[in-house]
Amino acid sequence: MAVLLDRNSRLIVQGLTGREGTFHAKAAAAYGTTVVGGVTPGKGGTTHEGWPIFNSVHDAVRETGANASVIFVPPPFAADAIMEATDAGIALVVCITEGIPTIDMLKVMTFMDGKPTRLIGPNCPGIITAGQAKAGIIPGHICKEGRIGIVSKSGTLTYEAIHQLSKQGMGQTTCIGIGGDPLIGTSFIGALRLFKEDPDTEAVIMIGEIGGTAEQDAAAYIAKEFKKPVVGFIAGQTAPPGRRMGHAGAIIAGGQGTAAEKMEALTKAGVHVVKSPADMGARMREALG
Amino acid sequence: MKIHEYQAKSVLARFGVTVPRGEVAFTSLEAGEIARRLGGSIAVVKAQIHAGGRGKGGGVKIAKSADEAEQLAKQILGMTLVTHQTGPEGRKVGRVLIEEGLQIERELYLSIVIDRASASPVIIASASGGMDIEEVAAKEPEKILREKIDPGTGVIPFQARKLAFGMRLGAGPANKLVKILDSIYKAFIETDASMIEINPLILTKGGDLLALDAKVSFDDNALYRHPDLRDLRDLSEEDPLEVEASKFSLNYIRLYGNIGCMVNGAGLAMATMDIIKLAGGEPANFLDVGGGANAEQIKNAFRILMADSNVKAVLINIFGGILRCDVLAQGVIAAVQELGVRVPIVIRMEGTNVEEGKRLLRESGLNFSTADSMGEAADTVVSLARGK
Repeated sequence: MAVLLDRNSRLIVQGLTGREGTFHAKAAAAYGTTVVGGVTPGKGGTTHEGWPIFNSVHDAVRETGANASVIFVPPPFAADAIMEATDAGIALVVCITEGIPTIDMLKVMTFMDGKPTRLIGPNCPGIITAGQAKAGIIPGHICKEGRIGIVSKSGTLTYEAIHQLSKQGMGQTTCIGIGGDPLIGTSFIGALRLFKEDPDTEAVIMIGEIGGTAEQDAAAYIAKEFKKPVVGFIAGQTAPPGRRMGHAGAIIAGGQGTAAEKMEALTKAGVHVVKSPADMGARMREALG
Repeated sequence: MKIHEYQAKSVLARFGVTVPRGEVAFTSLEAGEIARRLGGSIAVVKAQIHAGGRGKGGGVKIAKSADEAEQLAKQILGMTLVTHQTGPEGRKVGRVLIEEGLQIERELYLSIVIDRASASPVIIASASGGMDIEEVAAKEPEKILREKIDPGTGVIPFQARKLAFGMRLGAGPANKLVKILDSIYKAFIETDASMIEINPLILTKGGDLLALDAKVSFDDNALYRHPDLRDLRDLSEEDPLEVEASKFSLNYIRLYGNIGCMVNGAGLAMATMDIIKLAGGEPANFLDVGGGANAEQIKNAFRILMADSNVKAVLINIFGGILRCDVLAQGVIAAVQELGVRVPIVIRMEGTNVEEGKRLLRESGLNFSTADSMGEAADTVVSLARGK
């Protein structure tokens, strides 16, 4: 089971002929993902590392039956790539690119409104379903099959959580990096809804950070509808206000979006909130009894 | 990227927002000349720094003559202005804005930002202008008006009127606000701004609406397509180490503690600061070296960390995914040897090739401590920074 991505997913890589696209396409295939081709406008009809390259996502879908796409396209062209994949009817689009202008993402969100495509990211490490498939840059070898879902704004903190779970003898269903930008396709609630419906996912680790109110919104959702145990961590408890902490979305603006208010909201919603990032795995062990 | 008030006003004026007449001066002589050119019975001398609270800090003065404007500019230029936003060290004033004085009837508040939850621009307005809007929001939230803008239509006149009448403006000024909001929205979209704030927007006794103060910041990710705006960056407003780090695509933010941090990934870098604090220490910085850091990048990162003389110990926390731990270890050893780093260094690494990385560190003969978990690493570095 797991969510979003599995061994039956047919993945294309937008930007496959680039350095990062090539590296991660190979890593995804090596992990067991069915990578069916790539899209690089102008290079259609050629092959790259054995994969067919198409001029457009539409062509790729028609020729390969692709239903998922991962985007490794430079920031000035990434919004275009997301919208093209959406228009081609790809069900799942995962955008890894960091540095897309917010106004471009505003256009993307408006364009995607009402369409069935699900966007993960941008500015995220992507998705991995342990033992089955991956779309993005999460290293496959650190994951193992299990029953914990992870949803996170941060890449390396996701790896940290996976590692801590492994130490506790626990594995994962699907790990979803939702991204650290102000405007993202799927937020915590979107990911939690998927985990709620997934019988294989027994509990969830949720990793948030300063900026915005997505964690508070998730807390309200959890209190109302999410009954599986959730362990939560919020990065940036010591971040100074008004400064962007690496991620474009990680900023305490106008006194809002602090770690303290997010931790409080999550705690009230019954989430097992840990203060220390070193305690995520151990707390999950406790929560599951 | 932040810019100065006078630059913000000039950008807004380009889109049709009315602003007071005025010019920037770098010397008191220039300030006097500008005041003379402006004429009128009063001029306002405003320190230009990238921080709010200038008035309370003594950075905004009223002059009754051009000579007085020159005198006041002389006092303000070169002074170190401390406000609630500058931190205790304050900011040195290098430019002043000289503006005409105006007869103020009312002070209003306007801003535009992106609302993340609805993924749309939102205009925030309040009849309580001139005050700290956070304070208004906390004490009298009903006085804050919000209007979401559909990117497909831009500001529709009825939305502008709704805000105008909500701020109890009469019919004449309300029509002027329709135009101003249209201009501000266009400026926001076309310059890739991340925030435009006009506080206060004043209603003059003559019934005009003007931006008396303006704060604009731009989306760093979009600066590549606005070379003209990129030129407005004032490096003297930024921490020299942060400027240096940005040249090497290192995400570095200087803080006030004594434990230097080097981490890959923004989330893990924040979490590392958090765990240092939990262990009883104070982080000296935020530093994300990125996912693809190489030996050169690590050396640059070390150079910047060690340029902060407060740093008494360093914590390196790397989760090697694509970045291999053995490559990291080689980079760290080379940097420490080459730069002659003397402070104790605690390294916690996990992930690809971690055993090989640890072996290299152990056998280097250098002053490294290694830790197996983030918690242990934090405890170790905190006690080392205390000299234990």
